[in-house]
Amino acid sequence: MGFISQHPVLVASIVKAAVLLFIVMTALAYLTWAERKIIAHIQSRWGPYFVGAHGLLQPLADGLKFLFKEDITPPVTDRLVYTLAPFLALSLSLTAIALIPFGPPSVLLPLVGQQAWSVTDLNIGLLLVFAITSMGVYGVALAGWSSNSKYPLMGGLRSSAQMISYEVSLTMSVVGVVLVAGTLSFNEIIQRQSGAFWHWNIFGLQHGAVPQIIGFLCYFTAAIAETNRVPFDLPEAETELVAGFHTEYSSFKFAMFFMAEYANMITVSCLATILFFGGWLSPFPSSWTWQIFLPGAGLVLLGIYCAYDTLTEMRGIARLQLAVVTLLALGGGLLCLIPAVAGVIQGPFWFTTKVLLILFFYIWMRGTLPRFRYDQLMSFGWKLLLPVSLANLVVTAFVMIWPWLRHG
Amino acid sequence: MILPLIIFSLCALLTVGGAVALILSREPIHSALALILVMVSLAVLYLLLGAPFVAAVQIIVYAGAVMVLFVFVIMLLNMGVEEQTDFSKIAKFVGVPLGLVLIVWIAHWMFHAQAGSAMGTGATMVPSSTRELSTQLFRQYLFPFEATSILILIALLGALVMARKEE
Repeated sequence: MGFISQHPVLVASIVKAAVLLFIVMTALAYLTWAERKIIAHIQSRWGPYFVGAHGLLQPLADGLKFLFKEDITPPVTDRLVYTLAPFLALSLSLTAIALIPFGPPSVLLPLVGQQAWSVTDLNIGLLLVFAITSMGVYGVALAGWSSNSKYPLMGGLRSSAQMISYEVSLTMSVVGVVLVAGTLSFNEIIQRQSGAFWHWNIFGLQHGAVPQIIGFLCYFTAAIAETNRVPFDLPEAETELVAGFHTEYSSFKFAMFFMAEYANMITVSCLATILFFGGWLSPFPSSWTWQIFLPGAGLVLLGIYCAYDTLTEMRGIARLQLAVVTLLALGGGLLCLIPAVAGVIQGPFWFTTKVLLILFFYIWMRGTLPRFRYDQLMSFGWKLLLPVSLANLVVTAFVMIWPWLRHG
Repeated sequence: MILPLIIFSLCALLTVGGAVALILSREPIHSALALILVMVSLAVLYLLLGAPFVAAVQIIVYAGAVMVLFVFVIMLLNMGVEEQTDFSKIAKFVGVPLGLVLIVWIAHWMFHAQAGSAMGTGATMVPSSTRELSTQLFRQYLFPFEATSILILIALLGALVMARKEE
C-alpha cells in the first residue's frame, strides 16, 4: 500500500499497460478469427468451424502451432537484423496503441486516482502516434533486406517506397482535423466533437467546424496502404513475391509479423475513430438518458442469440463451449444493465463498437477488391491521394479563417 | 525521484554507444541502425528535458523519414561490407589530439558552469508547448522559417535537376 500511494502514476501505468497488452493480444487473436470468418462468408464458405464452437478456439490452436514449430534461420542471413526485425515490428505497433484513450478522462481508477481508460494522456498524443507508426516501416524493410533472398528484398523495397509515399498523404489528411480541433491531444479532439453524431468531424455540422469526409476517405485509403493490406498489399503479394518480406521467416518470428500487421490495423482504426467519429462519444444527444442501457442490452441480445444457437445448432463439446460464451454474454449484459456500471463503461463501449465497425469495413475491402499494380499504386498515391488531401487541408484552412478575413 | 535519472543514464549510454557503433561497424546497414538508435535515444532525452514536441518531431523527421531513405538506398544498392583503411596520418596527429582537447574543454566548461543556471534560463526562453512554439515560429521567426523552407525547396529542385541530367 505504501508503495502504491507513493508512486501512483508508476503503478497505475504499469498495471494499465499490462492489462491493455493482454486485451490487445486477445483482440489480435480474435481479429484473425473474425477476418477468416468474414472472408469465408463473403466467399460462401464456412471458415474455421471445427476447433471450438464456430471455430472460436482456432486462434489458440494457431498460436500453439506457431510456438511449437521449428524456428529456421537461413544461414546466409544477417543474424542481428534478421532477429531484430520482427521484434521491432511488433513492439512498435503495440506501443502506438498505448497512447489511445478508450474512454473519457473523467472516469478514474479507485485507489490511485489515475485515468481508467487510457494508459497515458499526452497533449501531443496524435504527433507521438504518428512518430511511432512512422518507424513501423523498419520492421518490414529490415526483414526484407536481412533475409538475403530475392523475393523478400523486393517486398522490403516495395514496402519502404509505399510506406514513405502514403505516409505523406496520411499525415496531410489528418491536419484538417487538427486545424478544426486546434490541439494535438486525443481527449481534446474528441471533446471538441461532443453533442451528437452530426457533430463528429466527418460530418462537422457545428459552429466552427468543417466537414472532413474527404479527409476521412484520404486517411482511410492511406491507412490501408500503410498497414500493407489489400488492395495495397504489394509488399507481400503472394502471386508475385511468394510471401514478400516474410518469406524466410518461420515459427514465432513469422507470428510476430502477423500480429504486428493486425495491431497496426487496430491502431489506424482507433485513430480513425478518434479523429473522425468522435472517439468514445455516444452518437446520440446526451438528453437521451436511456442510451446508457444500450451496452447491456446489446450483450444480452448477443447472449440470447448464442443461447438459441447452443440449443439448436451445436452438438457435443461445441454445445458446452458455446454455453460458456452464452453465460458470459448474458452475465456481462445483466451486469452492464446496473446503472452505476453502465455509466462507467459507456466510453469504451462506443469506442469499441466504432473500431469494430471500421475493422469490419477493412476486412470487407479485402474480400472485395483486387490488388493494385505497383506503378498504379505509386501514381495513385502521388498524383491523386496527395493532391486531394492537400486540397482538403487548404479548403479547411480557408473556411476556418474566413470569418477573420471578412471582418479583419 | 530516481526514475528520470535511470532513464537519462540509459538513453545517454545508448546515444553514445550508438554513435560509436555507427562509426565502428563495417556493414552500412548496421551503421544506419546505430544512427536510428542515436536519434531515438536523443528524442527520449528531449522528452526528459520537457520538450515533447521536439521529441516527437525528432522521431518523425529523422528516425521516420530521413533514416528510412538511408535504409532504402542501402537496400536498393545492396551494399556489401565496407573496406576499412588504415588510420590516416592526419587523423592520428591532428584529429585525435584536437578531439581530446575538445572533450576536455567541454568537460571543463560543464564542471565550472554554475549548477542550474544554464538550465534555468533555457527553460524560460525555450517554448515547450506546441502552441507557444508555433506562435513564436510564425510571428517572431517567420522570415527565417520561410527562408529555410525556400532553401530546402531549392536544394530539392537542385537534386532533381542533377538526377535527371543524363536524359
